[in-house]
Amino acid sequence: MWIEWTIATKFLHEGKVQSTLILVGIAVGVAVIVFLTALITGLQSNIINRTLGTQAHIKVQPTEERNRILPPATGIVQLVLEDKRAQRLRSINNWQQVRDVLDTLPRVTAVSPVISGPAFARRSEALQSVVLVGIDAPRYQRIIPIQNDIVAGVFRIGAGDAVIGKQLAADLGLRVGDKLRLDGGQQRESVVNVAGIFELGVRELDARYVYLEMKQAQSLLNLPGAATIIDVTVDDIFDAQAVAARITRLTGLKAESWMETNAQLMNALRSQSLSTQMISAFVALSVALGIASVLSVSVIQRTREIGILRAMGTTRQQMLRVFLIQGALFGLAGSLLGGLAGYGLVGAFNTFGPKLFYIPVNPWLLVAATGLAMVTGILSAAVPARRAASLDPVEAIRHV
Amino acid sequence: MSEHDASQEVMRLQGLRKSYNVGKPTEVEVLHGLDLRLQRRDFAALVGASGSGKSTLLNVIGLLDRPTAGELFLLAEPTQSMDDARRTELRGSAIGFVFQFHHLIQAFTTLENVLMPLMVATGKPTREQIDRARGLLAQVGLEGLEQRKPDQLSGGQQQRVAVARALVTHPALLLADEPTGNLDSKSATEVFQLFRNFNREFGCAVLLVTHDSRMSEQCDRTIMLVDGNIESDEALG
Repeated sequence: MWIEWTIATKFLHEGKVQSTLILVGIAVGVAVIVFLTALITGLQSNIINRTLGTQAHIKVQPTEERNRILPPATGIVQLVLEDKRAQRLRSINNWQQVRDVLDTLPRVTAVSPVISGPAFARRSEALQSVVLVGIDAPRYQRIIPIQNDIVAGVFRIGAGDAVIGKQLAADLGLRVGDKLRLDGGQQRESVVNVAGIFELGVRELDARYVYLEMKQAQSLLNLPGAATIIDVTVDDIFDAQAVAARITRLTGLKAESWMETNAQLMNALRSQSLSTQMISAFVALSVALGIASVLSVSVIQRTREIGILRAMGTTRQQMLRVFLIQGALFGLAGSLLGGLAGYGLVGAFNTFGPKLFYIPVNPWLLVAATGLAMVTGILSAAVPARRAASLDPVEAIRHV
Repeated sequence: MSEHDASQEVMRLQGLRKSYNVGKPTEVEVLHGLDLRLQRRDFAALVGASGSGKSTLLNVIGLLDRPTAGELFLLAEPTQSMDDARRTELRGSAIGFVFQFHHLIQAFTTLENVLMPLMVATGKPTREQIDRARGLLAQVGLEGLEQRKPDQLSGGQQQRVAVARALVTHPALLLADEPTGNLDSKSATEVFQLFRNFNREFGCAVLLVTHDSRMSEQCDRTIMLVDGNIESDEALG
């Protein structure tokens, strides 16, 4: 391999201008790919984090209630006009066992039963509709670290304490320590003490959510001992769909992943990824064509030298490898240069950009880009290299 | 001087034929069944008008081209049935080429050019191989120019580098295609003398194609090719 390497590098060195031009071309291509990939990855993880910061990866709920229709007797055609049933608030059957089963599932990192239902929050004349969220605090905090978003008071529920959103507090003029009357309908009322105020940054949640202890929520919603939802988080958010399907198969309950509940977001992210990949693919293609054309020209320029080398005992395989090495070297050097330029762009974006979000710098991206560029280099060198290897030495030596 | 037996057969042709465009309407036979034998001591000139098949014959003997029929023995080995890899290997080890246009590789220094046939065969040159190449360069009168690039040498000097390169593997047969055709008469004489010396010293058979009658007259043997047939094969002196 030593002689192939030597010939390849000497040839590249001799054709300095050509080598430099194609290197710059490759570097620009790789820089675009690296920067674009880092940018889109950063943007997407930012969006996903914001979305998933306030919701579980998987929500497990009771299956919907359906009308039960008596099957017709044989030989009778039955026409049914059916009204969908109203879905009343229902508990998950045996939710304690379900919770324990989910706890043992692989890839599941946290499980939190929740009872959630509608209510009114009242203070003197002011009335707001709210969502009561009865939680098992230690479990819930592993799903949504709400204690980090407390802006006043402390995160403390139970014994008549509740935690409410900042917007609700503002709407009702509440401060920490104030009393709040909650009305679950049908004369089920209770007065709670505002122990803390949170701000999740999602207006709807900040205006509606009232966190209570499970027991209190159960009695307000008239579902003693119930849990209406089990929140689940998984270690890899993109596995949520698969884990949800598994939960459905295991429990017979309806398990919805965040990807389903945020179908539009997922759709947007997918289209974004797809367009990034398309741009990358076309840039890579033009880089490959650039390498191929430079090497093709080089094979023609060096026809006579190839002929001499063949006359001196250089094998076809050796000739092939000389040009494959050149392709690989173009890919390697170009992608290192381009990778550095790409990281430079990322750094510039993080420092001088709009600072809406931060692009994480992933060193593996450079490794991947380098590896891919080398493979691209070798592949695009294949055609010219085969041509060099198949040159007839007699013809090649006569070539002027 | 040589460690080889001077009468050892280096090359033998047996009814060798070569056609171009085989199977097409333009098929033409260039060599019509040649028989020829070269020994180590031979210093032969191959002469003939242009178009008589000299270069074709040289390419066939040098394993750059395959004959259409007949057999070529190199160092007593039949070559017709060899595959491409084996032919390349034999070409690298047994045959040295000197072309009319010196054909050095510009990206490499003089010394590296001389070492090229060895590097192609065995990789990174050993101390001993480098010394051998330096010795050859000294013998062709280019001592001190080892690190020059070919384009920094005169035409005669470049051709002498090519001669050193052809001999670095100690080939059994040296093939030269009008090696002096492109040189002034002084350089031509020098290069010719080099062939002479190496023929005696290394016991390396020399077959050189030339148009120059002064040159062919100084060879021990003159093979005359006319229209693809050996017209005459005379030993001189």
